[in-house]
Amino acid sequence: MSETVSADEIKARHPHLEHEVGRQPMIEIRRMNKWYGEFHVLRDINLTVHQGERIVICGPSGSGKSTMIRCINRLEEHQRGTIIVDGVELTHDVKNIEKVRREVGMVFQHFNLFPHLTVLENCCLAPIWVRKEPRHEAEARAMHYLERVRIPEQAKKYPGQLSGGQQQRVAIARSLCMQPRIMLFDEPTSALDPEMIKEVLDTMVQLAEEGMTMLCVTHEMGFAKTVADRVIFMDQGQIVEENNPHDFFNNPRNERTQLFLSQILAH
Amino acid sequence: MADPDRFTPLPAQAPPSSSAGPLAWVRANLLSSPLNVAMTLGVLYLLVSIVPGIIDWAILKATVSGDGPNACDATEGACWTFIRLRFDFFIYGFYPEPERWRVDVVLGLLLLVVGPQFLSRFPGKKWIGLFGLTAFPLIVAMLLMGGLFGLPEVETGKWGGLMLTLVLSYVGIVAALPIGVALALGRRSTMPVIRAICVIFIEIWRGVPLISVLFMASVMLPLFLPEGVNFDKLLRALIGIIMFQSAYMAEVVRGGLQGIPKGQYEAADALGLGYWKGMGLVILPQALKMVIPGIVNTFIALFKDTTLVLIIGLLDVLATVQASIVDPAWGNVATEGYLFAAFCFWVFCFGMSRYSQSLERKLHTGHKR
Repeated sequence: MSETVSADEIKARHPHLEHEVGRQPMIEIRRMNKWYGEFHVLRDINLTVHQGERIVICGPSGSGKSTMIRCINRLEEHQRGTIIVDGVELTHDVKNIEKVRREVGMVFQHFNLFPHLTVLENCCLAPIWVRKEPRHEAEARAMHYLERVRIPEQAKKYPGQLSGGQQQRVAIARSLCMQPRIMLFDEPTSALDPEMIKEVLDTMVQLAEEGMTMLCVTHEMGFAKTVADRVIFMDQGQIVEENNPHDFFNNPRNERTQLFLSQILAH
Repeated sequence: MADPDRFTPLPAQAPPSSSAGPLAWVRANLLSSPLNVAMTLGVLYLLVSIVPGIIDWAILKATVSGDGPNACDATEGACWTFIRLRFDFFIYGFYPEPERWRVDVVLGLLLLVVGPQFLSRFPGKKWIGLFGLTAFPLIVAMLLMGGLFGLPEVETGKWGGLMLTLVLSYVGIVAALPIGVALALGRRSTMPVIRAICVIFIEIWRGVPLISVLFMASVMLPLFLPEGVNFDKLLRALIGIIMFQSAYMAEVVRGGLQGIPKGQYEAADALGLGYWKGMGLVILPQALKMVIPGIVNTFIALFKDTTLVLIIGLLDVLATVQASIVDPAWGNVATEGYLFAAFCFWVFCFGMSRYSQSLERKLHTGHKR
């Protein structure tokens, strides 16, 4: 796999990446375990994410990275251990799950926009129905975020009429309209053509500059190098290595990480 | 072409005359291969040999005038007089004559409710549609049954003809869709008890012929009910039809629900929409849109199945036709009668089919996923 957008390129375009990381933990995962039937997908995951932290999660496919971030907004259910998001523990309590989902935005690999609604309606749906905002307020905010992802002119179109990169930017805007405190990205650029990866990464970098707490599962190592505060490497359902990007890429400690990095950066 | 490195697309040219225009159409669609030429000729021959005879019988040599069975004695063609004189019976059944204006009002209202739905733009179309699904059936029931506001009561045993067919199918359609949606959601529920109830309900009703359902409703049910408890035969038939069709509807809708990619459910969940809002705003609009052909198919089947109420002694439009053609005074008018009945059914079924097509076109939003 090649590095589609290099770290230097990102740095050159976004000079203001320095930021403050708060001391308040936004996500606390303690000894979390998950099984799919007999298969032990996640094994003793421990992870604390502070406010404003940007975390990149990488690892070979099937290592459980997507499953892990999907546990954070309960798209997947963990069987053992605790997950506390912004002070709310995820249990079977539907109230808690709804509370967490209101604070956590998610961007999917395949965008998952609602094809029967226009771009603007996609963005306004949850604010109107979940946050009970008046329509005009929701629309004004939606337009604000669509401008931020630089596609306000597509507001009246349907998702099927947009390119992949545009759809993913709409998906990001849709999540932001709920004004989440945490954003989860599940391989947001993996389904995109190379020329569209950049526009989506730019949007993500911009979000990072503004201090959003972010967890990104991605293979974009350029993004990891410049934006991440911490890089996490997962293999076979475990967190194998966790480090700042400089040390992670220059002195990987674990043998498995070294192998992965040599494969991913070799090209 | 001054700069050899610059890419300049070739200018577009008009298509050759052999690939566009009416001549090209005929060649492509009628004469594209020896087999197609033969089939075109065959169809032409059939049309030439059949159509003139039909026109002759149905129009040129037909009789419309006259005021009794004797009017048709001398005709070789169709005896439309029979249809004309029996028309009221075909439409109203045994509904008492002085009260038939009530049926007319209902039919007019039906036109006002359904008509706008066919137009692409009409003020308040949504509200008219909502009215048609909720208050309208109740108003119709009050009007037709009477016994209120000084309207004399007309018992349902006297209802008949096209009016009965429309009442049965309209109520059937309006009630079967929501019940079907509820059953489909229940069958996909994660709660085992609800799922089991829905599966059992669907499988029982779907596994029984409608005739036996109607027969049970009209003959067997009263035997099981306690002495003195009795409710209307039409109502029993209606409930039977609704239960039966909602089981079918449930399976059609379930097909749509299963066709929605998992990502849509996840996106709705991730936005915090919750089960009901996610279903109502995201999943069902897409699922129902996807199965419009199946839903309309079920509606059309329902419309035609209403003829089965004949076996429990209710006279729908087909039954009124049948009852009339056996009248010995008229001689052989079966063809005319059945053609009329077929035409009645065809008009409504074709209307539903057209409506579903326009709906599909309207709801189509750009490219497929």
